[in-house]
Amino acid sequence: MSQTHVTERPGGQARPARRSSALQRREALEGYLWISPWIIGFLIFTAGPMIVSLYLSFTRYKIGDIPEWIGLENYRQAFFVDPLFWPSLARTIIYAVVLVTLGVCLSLLAAMLLNQKIHGRSIFRALFYLPSLTPVVAQAVIWGWLFQPQFGLVNFLLEKLGLPTPGWFTSQEWVIPGIIIVSLWASVGGGRMIIFLAGLQGVPAELYEAAELDGAGQVARFWYVTIPLISPTIMFNAIIGVIGSFSVFSIAYIAADGGPNYGSWFYMLHLYHNAFTFFQMGYASALAWVLFVLMMALTLFQLWLSKKWVHYEYTEGGQ
Amino acid sequence: MSAQDIQLRPPRPTKLSPIVGRVLLYAIIIGCSLLFTLPFLWTIGTSLKAQDELYTFPPTFLPSVPRWANYAAVFELAPFGRFLLNTMIITVVAVIGQTSSAAVVAYGFSRFRFPGRNVLFLIVLATMMLPWHVTIVPSFLLFRTLGWINTFLPLIVPSFFGGGPFFIFLLRQFFLSIPRDLDEAAKIDGASSFQIFWMILLPLSKVALATVAIFSFIEHWNEFIGPLIYLNSTNLFPVSIGLRYFLASTFTGDEPRDAILMAASLIVALPPLILFFVAQKYFVEGIATTGIKG
Repeated sequence: MSQTHVTERPGGQARPARRSSALQRREALEGYLWISPWIIGFLIFTAGPMIVSLYLSFTRYKIGDIPEWIGLENYRQAFFVDPLFWPSLARTIIYAVVLVTLGVCLSLLAAMLLNQKIHGRSIFRALFYLPSLTPVVAQAVIWGWLFQPQFGLVNFLLEKLGLPTPGWFTSQEWVIPGIIIVSLWASVGGGRMIIFLAGLQGVPAELYEAAELDGAGQVARFWYVTIPLISPTIMFNAIIGVIGSFSVFSIAYIAADGGPNYGSWFYMLHLYHNAFTFFQMGYASALAWVLFVLMMALTLFQLWLSKKWVHYEYTEGGQ
Repeated sequence: MSAQDIQLRPPRPTKLSPIVGRVLLYAIIIGCSLLFTLPFLWTIGTSLKAQDELYTFPPTFLPSVPRWANYAAVFELAPFGRFLLNTMIITVVAVIGQTSSAAVVAYGFSRFRFPGRNVLFLIVLATMMLPWHVTIVPSFLLFRTLGWINTFLPLIVPSFFGGGPFFIFLLRQFFLSIPRDLDEAAKIDGASSFQIFWMILLPLSKVALATVAIFSFIEHWNEFIGPLIYLNSTNLFPVSIGLRYFLASTFTGDEPRDAILMAASLIVALPPLILFFVAQKYFVEGIATTGIKG
């Protein structure tokens, strides 16, 4: 099955053929020619902009002016002056931790449900998957109405159950829980679940049978067979999930534009408004680099952590 | 192997009878399906309501008389036809760009040996993890210098340069799975590398190319941040920004505002959903191969 591709490494297959160096040069030249669209695109749209943004982060730059070198002033500004910097970073970290933890666990559970021997599996899989196809603007509009404080379905059901009925997107405290619910709805049954499903289907049945013969119950089989064997998939999903949730922007921007009273003012909203509302391009670039370095560090930390518990034996065996 | 770690256990604790277990399993799965689909069903119901049925407590699921006029109102109250056309233009051009350019680059990575190939491919993979925000400010400045702000160019031109790491990866994996004997044979017959690409690899890769095109379509149809930053004239808006514009604008008259908004969201959300039902197979295989997130 295709799940082995997920972790397949980019190594090429070396052919032992001996050929003249002129032919090799020609092949190399042609190779560079074929990948040249990517090389040009990478230089113009990725590497170039990254370098420019690093430079701008050391300048004061309003659009139309000439960038003025101010050293680390933007970073000092962010760390010690800007009253919105730390709160927006903290908000984003809390959101990311809650969303990735819940999201990865729930996606795994959903994948395990769909991995049972059931009729109509592909229909259920489709139904689970639908929310992830919905454009984020439509998600915000649909949930804005479901979360409508007086006439919305959610508060109606909560009231029926005798629970408190919060203001959701109109409440400073409840706007982030609301956004987390929308994000979970839109992501639990999406690509992450499909990846888990492929991972689960790749666990060899003999292992379960062997474990069962040894007297392992369902829970033991889950902890000692399933989890170790799909741990690379869990790791992959956690890393991608962290990167995605640190960049949270659209849903908060559309649902409440950072409000009410900065309740959903995530880091990316802070960056966006500094860049495109106040046109502080230098400061916005510094904000971008702070987050980028933080995310790199976090990814490396996750990779380091994964050496401790991720079980790669099965997937790397094919190399 | 971890199976060795499993402690030996005494005979299993008493289990639920298999029938009860099955019923419970189906109940849970159907319950989850409802959680995922109820917001859509609720939106359909709301989109057909008249003003006086929107603001009632307890809320009703379906209107007594469906008000189909809400769907017509979407196109009357905002230039939604124009928004749809803009989205179609951006999406179609960008899909062509991404698919063709990813195929070209994937061919280079899968069939040629050149110094630095593995390093360059690692860079391709690393850019998958690159968050969009690092380059947003300088990209904006670049397009501004080029005079491309308030045109579709920033949304489509980059698609033609590599097509994105996920798609390069997916197509490269696919090309590697096609036996090289075919191109070696063609080479002996004097075929150029372009002819091998065009006449051998591409015809054998229709499924993979379709997968890439489908994901690219969804990505561009749903794109929000790019249009938000690069477009500012209403008549250039795609549906994603158009719907937000619609959300922020106030209606005059006694049109059922929230019902029309729901109708508009359904119109925006429908094309990806239809595509999914038509081409479900491609989605599942594509995601499982590359880890693309829907």
